[in-house]
Amino acid sequence: MTQFLSLLLNGLSLGALYALIALGFVIIFKASEVVSFTHGSLLLLGAYSIARLSDSIGFLPAVLVGILITAAAAFVIERLIINRLRGAAVISLAIVTIGVDIILLTELIRRLGSDILNVPHPWGGESFRVGSVGLSQNRLIAFLVAAVLIALFFVAFKYSSWGIAMRASAEDGETAALMGIRQGRVSALAWVVAGVLAAVAALFLVGSPTPGVTPTAYAVALRAFPAAILGGLDSTGGALAGGLLIGIAEAMAAGYQDQLLFLGRGFSAVVPFIVMIAVLMFRPSGLFGTKELTRV
Amino acid sequence: MSESTVIADSGAQRSGVSAPAPAGRGRSILRPLLLVALLVVLLALPLYVEEFWLRTGFAVFGAAVGAIGLNLLVGNAGQLSLAHAFFLAVGAVSYVYVSGEPGGLGVAELDGLGLPPIVGMVVGVLLAGLAGLIFSPLAARLRGIYLGVASLALVFIGIHVLNAWTPVTGGFNGRAAPNFELFGFTFGNRDPELYVLGVPFREAERLWYLGLVLALLAYWYARNLLRSRPGRALQTLRDSEVAASVMGVNVQRYKARIFLVSSMYAGLAGVMYALSIGSIAPESFGLELSILYLAMIVLGGLGSVNGAVLGALFVSALPLVFQRYADLIPFVGDRGEGGLAAGEAARFLFGLAIVLVILFEPAGLAGIANRITGRVRRRPGGRVTEHPPDSSSQSNAPVPSDKPAQGSTT
Repeated sequence: MTQFLSLLLNGLSLGALYALIALGFVIIFKASEVVSFTHGSLLLLGAYSIARLSDSIGFLPAVLVGILITAAAAFVIERLIINRLRGAAVISLAIVTIGVDIILLTELIRRLGSDILNVPHPWGGESFRVGSVGLSQNRLIAFLVAAVLIALFFVAFKYSSWGIAMRASAEDGETAALMGIRQGRVSALAWVVAGVLAAVAALFLVGSPTPGVTPTAYAVALRAFPAAILGGLDSTGGALAGGLLIGIAEAMAAGYQDQLLFLGRGFSAVVPFIVMIAVLMFRPSGLFGTKELTRV
Repeated sequence: MSESTVIADSGAQRSGVSAPAPAGRGRSILRPLLLVALLVVLLALPLYVEEFWLRTGFAVFGAAVGAIGLNLLVGNAGQLSLAHAFFLAVGAVSYVYVSGEPGGLGVAELDGLGLPPIVGMVVGVLLAGLAGLIFSPLAARLRGIYLGVASLALVFIGIHVLNAWTPVTGGFNGRAAPNFELFGFTFGNRDPELYVLGVPFREAERLWYLGLVLALLAYWYARNLLRSRPGRALQTLRDSEVAASVMGVNVQRYKARIFLVSSMYAGLAGVMYALSIGSIAPESFGLELSILYLAMIVLGGLGSVNGAVLGALFVSALPLVFQRYADLIPFVGDRGEGGLAAGEAARFLFGLAIVLVILFEPAGLAGIANRITGRVRRRPGGRVTEHPPDSSSQSNAPVPSDKPAQGSTT
């Protein structure tokens, strides 16, 4: 039971981070109809800049600058490439983000080399315990920060003029444009927000219990893909639910590894994808996604 | 690309000189001639070229087979798939398992059926097709980008299986691929020793011909498929599923079939990959491979068979060439000297090329080639209309809306 509870907590905190990344996917998709395969390298960029800068300018400023750098990168990608391709087929847009991803990722991996960069989190690697249920402090803080950010996001999405503009243009781009909503601006802002969310997730993902900044952080973003998809690509609530679901499933599979050994070592890394396929079998547009209707 | 330029060029001259002969007729004689010339060059190449180029050539042939298959799926049927690496892996592993000998490799105990390699190749292709067929019911339910991401799952599951199923796959370290063999003729260094015109025909030379034959078959099949009823049906399906089903195309069945065909291509490419590297390892079949294949078809031109071949040539030969001529190319060199490693330089180039192609030339290399030939052809008479490029079919061509159907209901 203790093990179960502690796995559940771990899963929730991991899931909250997945939800942050998945939210990024979803708002980018809603605002610009792009499925961003660039997210993995944006995440790695955030982690890398925070780790590199914190030696020279201290932890907190490094976090801020790192988030800024990531957001700026997302902004540049949107302005330089995505904005020029408005109205192109979803597949071409996805492929173009893959192209950007190749460039960014190659450069980051080259810079990382084989050494592991560490982010000097002030909260260190200790765990936080209630009775015998433990969670690393890093993950606890991650969970709290993610919860706050997600709540903030939902409030902004519901009430701010940006949120309303974005929901309007996601609903019907043409009408929204006619009502004076500048779609380029909405889309650029969506990319920036997604960049910020990815950088924040990166900050916690490279802390304990994971060892520092390595290219594996990239794979984590790929595991957030299932989260966004199984929740429904155009549903912000779905991203949250999907993130938590994936996080818990993965943590459970990792925790009960010994019982799952017949499926091979490291099975937990595959679990998000299996959950995604299982969900998509029954709900092809994800749990909360809008069903695609075809009008003749 | 260059040979098609030549075709057009001489075709134009001919029609310019022998005045009223339509350029079309000149081309119809010249094109087969040039194709034969190209074939002769390809056939004679092993007599003159050193081993490195022949090995690169075999890798390109393998990649071309895979790229043609993926292009049928993505470019022609409009189904974005990132699972190509998985199907390649199925083909490669089946080949190695079926034709490999059982035995120990270090700590791992390996199984193998030890059947003739040709059986292994056929089984590899069939099993890859079967994997595609099993995945296709799910694929048929998913649209566009959902399919792309769902197919991502196959790659990761595939890697996991490759790592975990040691007796078959060799596990983390992989296992060696047996030499190919056809009716007692080994595609290896000896057995039998072979000299043609005084040139020793060893593994590289023999594989070159094997690759050439397989790639030609793959090319020929795809060209014919696209010009047949199923091919038209697939392209209609890509442009509008509703329109396709109104025209009597069974959408689900066609999606399943194109998945089958495409993954069989991938299976063959996987077998060729195993032969070309000489061994298989899990890390070779990661997401990166899928992305490279995607890069091939995007750079070559979505929906064009020629494009897929050009893309495969570009993407699979470039890193090898960079590696070999690292000293000659600026900025490429050892990591220690501050330069780019060959693989990195190639990846930068692919990434950039993908972005540029999608931004400026969505029809890819095939589109550029077509434009050049079109321009040259039009110059003399100004009468010959530009041939519709193979890729009137790139996926971001304006998708015909459902207007005809709308009109018919009102």
